[in-house]
Amino acid sequence: MSTATEARSVPATSQLATFWLDGDLYGVEVEHVQEVLRSQSITRVPLAPPAVAGLINLRGQVVTAIELRERLGRPARPEGTEAVVIVVRLHGEAVSLLVDSIADVVDVDVRDFEAPPDTLDGAARELIRGAYKLSGQLLLALDVNRAVGS
Amino acid sequence: MEGLDDIVEEFLVESHENLDQLDQDLVALEQDPRSRDRLSSIFRTIHTIKGTSGFLAFNRLEEVAHVGENLLSRLRDGALELNPTRTDALLQMVDTIRALLAAIEASGGEGSVVVADTVATLSAVLEDTPAAAAPAPAEVAAPVEVPAEVAAAPAAPAPAPVKRAAAKRAPAKKVAPKTPRAAKAAAPAVPKPAPVPAAEMLPPAPPAPAPAVDVPQEVPMEVPVAESPTLPPPAAEPAPEPGEERAGAQPGRRAVADSTIRVDVDLLDALMLLVGELVLTRNQIVQYVGRQTDQDLVRASQRLNLIASELQEGVMKTRMQPIDHIWSKLPRVVRDLGLQCGKSVRLEMEGRETELDKTLLEAVKDPLTHLVRNSVDHGVEPVAARAAAGKPTEGVLTLRARHESGQVVVEVADDGAGIDPAKVGAKAVERGLLTPDALARMSPADVLQLIFLPGFSTAAAVTNVSGRGVGMDVVKTNIESIGGTIEVESVPGRGTCTRLRIPLTLAIVPALTIECAGDRYAIPQISLQELVALDAEKAAAAVEEVGGASVYRLRGELLPLVHLADVLGLPSDRHDGHVVIAVLRSEGRRFGLVVDRVINTEEIVVKAVGGQMKAIGLYSGATVLGDGAVALILDVQALARRALRAETAERQEARVAASVSTAVQERQRMLLAAIGGGRRVAIPLDTVTRLEQVRSETVERVGSREVVQYRGAILPIVRLDRHLGAFGDAERETLEVIVYADHGRSVAIVVEEILDIVDGEASVHSDIDDLGLLGSAVIGDRVTELLDVRAAILAADPAFYTTPPAGFPSPGAFDLDGAGSPAPLMEV
Repeated sequence: MSTATEARSVPATSQLATFWLDGDLYGVEVEHVQEVLRSQSITRVPLAPPAVAGLINLRGQVVTAIELRERLGRPARPEGTEAVVIVVRLHGEAVSLLVDSIADVVDVDVRDFEAPPDTLDGAARELIRGAYKLSGQLLLALDVNRAVGS
Repeated sequence: MEGLDDIVEEFLVESHENLDQLDQDLVALEQDPRSRDRLSSIFRTIHTIKGTSGFLAFNRLEEVAHVGENLLSRLRDGALELNPTRTDALLQMVDTIRALLAAIEASGGEGSVVVADTVATLSAVLEDTPAAAAPAPAEVAAPVEVPAEVAAAPAAPAPAPVKRAAAKRAPAKKVAPKTPRAAKAAAPAVPKPAPVPAAEMLPPAPPAPAPAVDVPQEVPMEVPVAESPTLPPPAAEPAPEPGEERAGAQPGRRAVADSTIRVDVDLLDALMLLVGELVLTRNQIVQYVGRQTDQDLVRASQRLNLIASELQEGVMKTRMQPIDHIWSKLPRVVRDLGLQCGKSVRLEMEGRETELDKTLLEAVKDPLTHLVRNSVDHGVEPVAARAAAGKPTEGVLTLRARHESGQVVVEVADDGAGIDPAKVGAKAVERGLLTPDALARMSPADVLQLIFLPGFSTAAAVTNVSGRGVGMDVVKTNIESIGGTIEVESVPGRGTCTRLRIPLTLAIVPALTIECAGDRYAIPQISLQELVALDAEKAAAAVEEVGGASVYRLRGELLPLVHLADVLGLPSDRHDGHVVIAVLRSEGRRFGLVVDRVINTEEIVVKAVGGQMKAIGLYSGATVLGDGAVALILDVQALARRALRAETAERQEARVAASVSTAVQERQRMLLAAIGGGRRVAIPLDTVTRLEQVRSETVERVGSREVVQYRGAILPIVRLDRHLGAFGDAERETLEVIVYADHGRSVAIVVEEILDIVDGEASVHSDIDDLGLLGSAVIGDRVTELLDVRAAILAADPAFYTTPPAGFPSPGAFDLDGAGSPAPLMEV
């Protein structure tokens, strides 16, 4: 996959809302993000797929919460640390992602973009479009649509 | 106006809207005469009006629209160019159409509105005669006709002022729809035609019901034009007419177009959701305030309570439509299908005004149509067969709809051949759905339920006529997907009756909240039959094992138990041996759901959940509870299928055997109850709606009567011991209550103890009776009194059978005194 083909799907510069997950920095397009919430009580859903953390009451609207660690094949969040909820809006529907902590909104340049390395494995490979090479840090671009998909 | 047909009313509303658009389009067209889009839009509008008016036999309206359409089509095709004369002709057409619509609205007919001159004007411009020639025929006609619409025609020869007038007219039109009153204001102007300013200030009169009003408005316009000397006299002539016309129009009445408004269903949905949230918040506040002593706060919360209830009812009403909306299409279906099948079928409808939520209406449309087709196709016999059976040759298909205890009941009944259980059974065995052995043990009523099995086509099973794609299983699935139930009764040779029970609305449903493994879940009240709480000692004895599956003897009947914690794969946190069973009914079968704890009954707002949740097949949605937590709503159907399917064949048979015994009893089962003093009464089970326990301290008084608050209603109580003169225990903490409900009214019959459910038929009857009894019988070796249920109910509520219920109880209507939460369903 070349940078050129990626350039078609990614505008020259874009804004990513970034967050931390198991020591890595991820980003999703800022226009997908509806809001960020802290300490929400989550109702578990027995028998649901493991990535479904449960349901959240978002001002009367019931929203599914996806555990992104599980989705990306990372170890579970350590006991005693609370997840931050990023509510994203896709196709008119709100879904929330559980992450470790929220970071800045970053302007990224498509010239810094690179496809995921061939060594990236399994679950993550499907969900990560690639990485932006920021100074001193890689920013992994998350494919939100796939991340919330079943 | 009464008698104004629905269709006509809709036509009027629609046409008024269209005409407003037309005015705008015409004016815009003057700026840009070549705009194809505008011309097409205008053409379509007129075309629609023409089509509908032709259909409704408004001939003059059709005539005007037709000529106008001709002109417009020439303009649209570019054969003619729009010029001021033609624009004016078109505007005149719009005015005439308005006048006609006004007449139709006022009188139901086209009244005395004359169209000849408008038609002439339109024809003239259509024939491409020079603009100057156009007025000639119109002017000739003018004095002869009732002057109402004439004015505009003579105006034509003077393009300049007319154009000015037309331009004036356009903005005025925006006011026009509101003008019945404005027209009345204009009326006094009739005797003394106002000078020029009047023409500028008053809107053009056509929307007014009285055509005469046109005259004074147009007349002053003529004066400066000074080219139509023929006109002034008519001004006096119409004077007598407005009186009559206006009398017909009733003062102060809003026009159809003003009294209705079209609202996006999505907006209503959003409103409904918000009201749902409000109702929940109200419930929370009312509960909280119940513990407070601040009088002002209590009063405010009572007001909030009332207002929220009314608001909810109002919003619900906006979404309610009479079931006739879908029924109205059925006579045609029945007629056509009858002809096709060579049968003679008469369709009768009862309760066509019964209303239900529009969303639900849409959802039942197809199932209902299917049932009706089924009845005509398979139910009603061919004429010859009916004659041979000694029945009238004309079959009768009856649709009934009514409100009943917060639900809508819709019945499709025919007097046809009925469904032969033997054939259904044979088919089921042939399909391998049942063993012949199992079939032999099933009651006819149970066999009948087989027609709802997936892959079991009634068509193939009952007759040889082909089915039409959807089977009864799909009908059932559709009905259940909206929280409804379906049951079928059939007597071979006499007919079949299919009964649908549908909730009034989807948005808010009463539900039981329960707890399992530390989480709360909601169970829709509609599938809940009763609650059974067993303490450890009792549970150890009463919960038995049949081939590895636990069952409970519920009044002698085996109830298969499903442990919710097991189904959910979670560890139950009830370790004290107590068992709480929610008795649920689904797909004609009862089962007991064992939960950890029963929390409350409350009204929940059903929220959709994502596809991933639906796919699990255990939850029908989610809801937000009073404290803001999300709770999953259990899908009882899915739960039943999942839990009962897992059973082994052995257990299956045990259940079939169990259900056979219940089915046999179904028709003659009696509820046995002790009333104190060693006396026992039997009550026909079919009059019993529910069995409940009520704490005696919740019994309140209204005058000399005892009542209890129960699910948002006030239930009158009859204590059978007193009613029948027995001497029961003085005061008990918990009252055993038999709830009897019919047509939205309920009474609570208090007995000492509920003993058993027995088969009353085989027993010895005698007519030894006493006040309040129908007789006596030997049941279970003991003489048992047969209760005169009617008399007992009348003792509690003398108006039970005579007064229609004061509307169905709204699901949101909690106890209106605002004193507290609804009476707990049961103490657990």
